[in-house]
Amino acid sequence: MNRSAATIEVVARTRIPLPVLAVASLVLVTTALAFVFFVAPNDANQGFSQRIFYFHVSIAITAYALFAGAAWKALRHLWKRDPRADLESYVFVHQGVIFGTLVLLTGSIWAKISWGRWWLWSSDQLVLFLVLFLFYCAYFMLRFSVDPGPQRANLSAVYALFGVVLIPVSFAAIRLAKDIIHPVVFTLKGPQFGGWILVTYCIAQVAVPVLAYTLYRLELSSKRLDIRLRDLREVLA
Amino acid sequence: MNYVRDVGALTRKDLLLELRARDTLPAMLLFVAAVFVVFHFALPGEPSKLETTGLLWVAILFTALLGLGRAFVPEREQRTLDGLVLAPCDRSAIWLAKSLATLAFLAAAEVVALPLYALFFHHVGGATVAAVLLADLGICAVGTFLGAMAVATRARDLILPLLFLPLAIPIVVGAVGASVVHSPGRYLGFLALYDLLFAVVCWASFEFVVSE
Amino acid sequence: MLTARRLGKRYGEKRALRRVDLELPRGGFLVVTGANGSGKTTLLRICVGLAQPTEGTIERAAERGRIGYLGHEPLVYRELTALENLELYGRLYRVAERRERIGMLLERFGLWEARHERVASYSRGMTQRLALSRVLLHEPELLVLDEPFNALDEAGAELLDAQLAELRGESTFVLATHDPARVVALASGRLALAS
Repeated sequence: MNRSAATIEVVARTRIPLPVLAVASLVLVTTALAFVFFVAPNDANQGFSQRIFYFHVSIAITAYALFAGAAWKALRHLWKRDPRADLESYVFVHQGVIFGTLVLLTGSIWAKISWGRWWLWSSDQLVLFLVLFLFYCAYFMLRFSVDPGPQRANLSAVYALFGVVLIPVSFAAIRLAKDIIHPVVFTLKGPQFGGWILVTYCIAQVAVPVLAYTLYRLELSSKRLDIRLRDLREVLA
Repeated sequence: MNYVRDVGALTRKDLLLELRARDTLPAMLLFVAAVFVVFHFALPGEPSKLETTGLLWVAILFTALLGLGRAFVPEREQRTLDGLVLAPCDRSAIWLAKSLATLAFLAAAEVVALPLYALFFHHVGGATVAAVLLADLGICAVGTFLGAMAVATRARDLILPLLFLPLAIPIVVGAVGASVVHSPGRYLGFLALYDLLFAVVCWASFEFVVSE
Repeated sequence: MLTARRLGKRYGEKRALRRVDLELPRGGFLVVTGANGSGKTTLLRICVGLAQPTEGTIERAAERGRIGYLGHEPLVYRELTALENLELYGRLYRVAERRERIGMLLERFGLWEARHERVASYSRGMTQRLALSRVLLHEPELLVLDEPFNALDEAGAELLDAQLAELRGESTFVLATHDPARVVALASGRLALAS
């Protein structure tokens, strides 16, 4: 129990404090929104509504990073026996699923705007995220079906590693699947990059990961507090 | 050398257990036949080769799931996994042996399923058979691995399809592709790559699935 | 052989074991007592390595393959014969002169005649005797037995008494039991677990 108290202190000392992250996120996301809606010019083909692209792509890249983070922490748990890694891996997956859901939502909206349909099987990115969504939802089913303890941590970690191997394999599979029948023309295309569009995109691409990391740290500290409370309750019992 | 003998002894054990219990293989055979009949009624009219090939792979996948769900039942119900885990042998031998045994049963089921499919629907070509063999390897390697994970949970049989199906999607793509396309080489190669990649991951991480 | 400090195990909210210390030298015989639910089984599983503690540490001088564990389940396959079960474990535990040793143990525990019959057809006493054969098959340095007398008939219990007496001093023992009087003569140490 003293170990977790000491751990929280050490963590607070060596990492960026949460309030700083929260302010940074707020500033960056507000700036990104401002640029997306007011600064970036209308796309030649798709007009105002195409702006969702800025967030769709940055959220997708962030989601990949979160899943990769989960696999990294999973590896640390299995290999280095890092006692904090299990919870960190779980929170990464959780945030990854949240952002993955956002990818599906923004992608769906963009598809409706571009082609008038709410779903496009021909969009590789969208289909990949659907597969990953299914995969990582199963992660939660797995995790909540096992009592907390070393075994649950091991199973979760192994599954998270499978996930990160699945990402490139699924992507290749989706590409191959399109060649079985004649390739279809419906795709989601971004605008021509240049000038303000590039700037806006870069701001969004920085803002979203920072937001994701802030949410990750927030959830992590709240879960660690829960654990500490439970330990204290047990000592008092 | 010890490893090979361990796998041999364990595979023999798994085959013996199933041959004596005699429940999984008959169930798989009956299931696949019933599924084909359901497919006929589910797709009225004359389905094209493309459509029925897809159905074939759906049938194989779900028949495999039926068998995979039963794979670790003796270890779970009789707690014998503890006995195997305490042995000095490499834990991955348990997974490999179980996969090989499951492969044997799946192949046995397919020996009946493929001619039945040819009878009901369309002729089965050489590429399809090759795809079946390669896909079986992946299905058994990954499915057995996930079966061991599922057995450690409360949800057990309920959770195995949820874990398995997302990982099986690349197999379906490779298998269906190889079955319908004119030059199946790319798809067969993809299946082989999937098998290799996931077999290595399973082999390396099975240790953590069965020990704390 | 075994050293544990402030050992504890928790499954989520449920606490199974609380702050256990033990020191078991080579050749010792530790008797573990306690009511149902006091954590005897959990402690034994941790001693053997099937479970990891959530608090505290445990050190084990015996490596995997030199430990014999008898849990509540006999850990034998019901659809296999006694001979097939022991052949499998003999192979996995790298037992030297497997055939002879298996034959000797089956004979000692009175299972030789039934060796080709499936374990599913055995009585509970016979199954437990087979489990004991399995445990002793590889001549383990550390023997961890969880209420071994429970499923045994009187004849089997006497066989076990004889085995324990014979191996006392050669192997190290951890034995959990409801009836400590039976083994008190052999014990070098005692651990009572409270709920």
